[in-house]
Amino acid sequence: MDLYEYQARDLFEKHGVPVLPGVVASTPDEAAQAAQQLGGLVVVKAQVKTGGRGKAGGVKLAHNPDEAREAARAILGMNIKGHTVRRVLIAAGADIAEEYYFSLLLDRSERRYLAMCSVEGGMEIEQLAAERPAALARVAVNPLIGIDEDTARVITSQAGFAADVAERVIPVLRALWDVYKGEDATLVEVNPLVQTTDGAIIALDGKVTLDNNAAFRHPDHTALVDKAAEDPLEARAAELGLNYVKLSGQVGVIGNGAGLVMSTLDVVAYAGEQYGVGPANFLDIGGGASAEVMSNGLSVILSDPDVRSVLVNVFGGITACDEVARGIVGALELLGDQATKPIVVRLDGNAVEDGLGILREARHPLVTVIATMDEAAAEAAKLAGKGE
Amino acid sequence: MSIFLNADSKVIVQGMTGSEGQKHTRRMLGSGTAIVGGVNPRKAGTSVEFDVVPVGPGAEGRSAETVSVPVFGTVAEAKETTGANVSVVFVPPAHAKSAVIEAVDAALDLVVIITEGIPVADSSEFYTYAASKGVRLIGPNCPGIITPGESNVGITPADITGSGRIGLVSKSGTLTYQMMHELSDIGFTTCIGIGGDPVIGTTHIDVLEAFEVDPDTELIVMIGEIGGDAEERAAAYIAENVTKPVVAYVAGCTAPEGKTMGHAGAIVSGSAGTAAAKQEALEAVGVKVGRTPSQTAQIARELLLRG
Repeated sequence: MDLYEYQARDLFEKHGVPVLPGVVASTPDEAAQAAQQLGGLVVVKAQVKTGGRGKAGGVKLAHNPDEAREAARAILGMNIKGHTVRRVLIAAGADIAEEYYFSLLLDRSERRYLAMCSVEGGMEIEQLAAERPAALARVAVNPLIGIDEDTARVITSQAGFAADVAERVIPVLRALWDVYKGEDATLVEVNPLVQTTDGAIIALDGKVTLDNNAAFRHPDHTALVDKAAEDPLEARAAELGLNYVKLSGQVGVIGNGAGLVMSTLDVVAYAGEQYGVGPANFLDIGGGASAEVMSNGLSVILSDPDVRSVLVNVFGGITACDEVARGIVGALELLGDQATKPIVVRLDGNAVEDGLGILREARHPLVTVIATMDEAAAEAAKLAGKGE
Repeated sequence: MSIFLNADSKVIVQGMTGSEGQKHTRRMLGSGTAIVGGVNPRKAGTSVEFDVVPVGPGAEGRSAETVSVPVFGTVAEAKETTGANVSVVFVPPAHAKSAVIEAVDAALDLVVIITEGIPVADSSEFYTYAASKGVRLIGPNCPGIITPGESNVGITPADITGSGRIGLVSKSGTLTYQMMHELSDIGFTTCIGIGGDPVIGTTHIDVLEAFEVDPDTELIVMIGEIGGDAEERAAAYIAENVTKPVVAYVAGCTAPEGKTMGHAGAIVSGSAGTAAAKQEALEAVGVKVGRTPSQTAQIARELLLRG
């Protein structure tokens, strides 16, 4: 889960990373009030989970509460790269002497963490890495050790900090490690990390990605989920405990196992080329799914107005095909006349004969059984092409 | 021959007394795996009875029976008493890290972690620890490893395919099964699901290296998916080190950027990790890449039958 800047700021503060006072606002009046509270010059910043907000006009200076109100009015509701701005962060102004860059992230290939740091901050990291690779220090971080005093010293020295500045940056890097480790992050980025004219080191902006797998040990992270920004079908699927991603096509897809479902999406996309259709969603019912899970999955997909046909593709390993078949029949019974979209089913593997028997017996007019994945995808694509 | 696992492997199950552990221990016993013990400190000294139904290659020669598997308090005890050299972990995510560390401390040869949903910080830590001690991990979030007719560690169905000439490595469980099914007429030396998490113990490259020197493996099928750069790295490795034919499939051509597709590791970030980039990298080094699992199987079959 990616966090908003204001959420990252709060986590930074919690772990002792120096940040500027800031208040989040969702209306122009709240923004004015926040500016009043902070006093003096403030920065009004769009809260979106994408880069390039500055260029898009999503960051404005305000000298007083009235200006803050006007700035918020201009920024709230703005569309930045497909993200609607629903909140702004009102942050105190700072007298910046120097800008730096720091990030700590999971290095999948090396199976450890990677700290990146530069005394040339403020620009996009991709640009810095491409144009001035020598200016970007890359230091491997051992997951069992983290950023201890020694590692922090290696980072500041490779990044080229002056000795006196390094002494002030080191504790900040160690606090950022506490954020990474303590919150189960997979990314902590500070761009820019600044030195103010009076020598203080401050994280002026923050980007944090949290590991969804670690949610069980962070009950407080639930509050960070932005429900309003979620796709309604994805939210409903999540409530049902389903692994669902909304896509832009017309063929609803259900399968078991992430790899097989991804592969099914591809096969549907190829088959759909000639009909101008593609996969409408990713839905993995997982291993050993019951009839109930299958039924829930089918009902989510059938409630998607974009869906014109459905492909069920199951290779039963742990999952038993008779459970899948019972789930399909059960969901169709439950939906009754509301179910109007054709369903193509391909079953193979564990208990396949029982599963096919159940479907044969039900003889539901919407259900077609096809033996192979490729042929089933072709049929589902054809049906979706017709259903326009 | 086979890689990492054979008929001599003695296997213990961490988390055997839980519901998933029990279900799969019964299935592993059914496929002929030498399960010599389970581990649970609260149930040490007891044993668990399994009604075993033989499945897969060689099942005709064996009859249904009840097998009693002893439960030990620690992995070290289990190893000392039984001579176990392999562990399979079904422990829930919150306790998986300590289970793996315990198995590494007991200096087993191989630890297969089936558990899905382990925090990546925990995986990074236990991988770093295992690597420092020279213990091989497979997974987490994987179906495990099967050498058909010899041993099956994990949750792979044993009745899909028999022994043969193909080596299979895959990030995904069900796609592994699908590919085993498609090529069951030829059969496999060893099939390994390395797992769909961002940090995994055994990579495509580790498996390619082992298949390259396995005398019975004549062709390697490699299944990848979006996210990370493991396939690109595998391509570079193949160019330098692999002489056997490799056929590949990469899932997720249609995946949108920034969305996690089921597997925690399956995410396209910016222009990195796309299926197209992986396919190109593999094709550039002479690997034949299929557009669908069926087409991939067909390419492998033709290459083998052409000899």
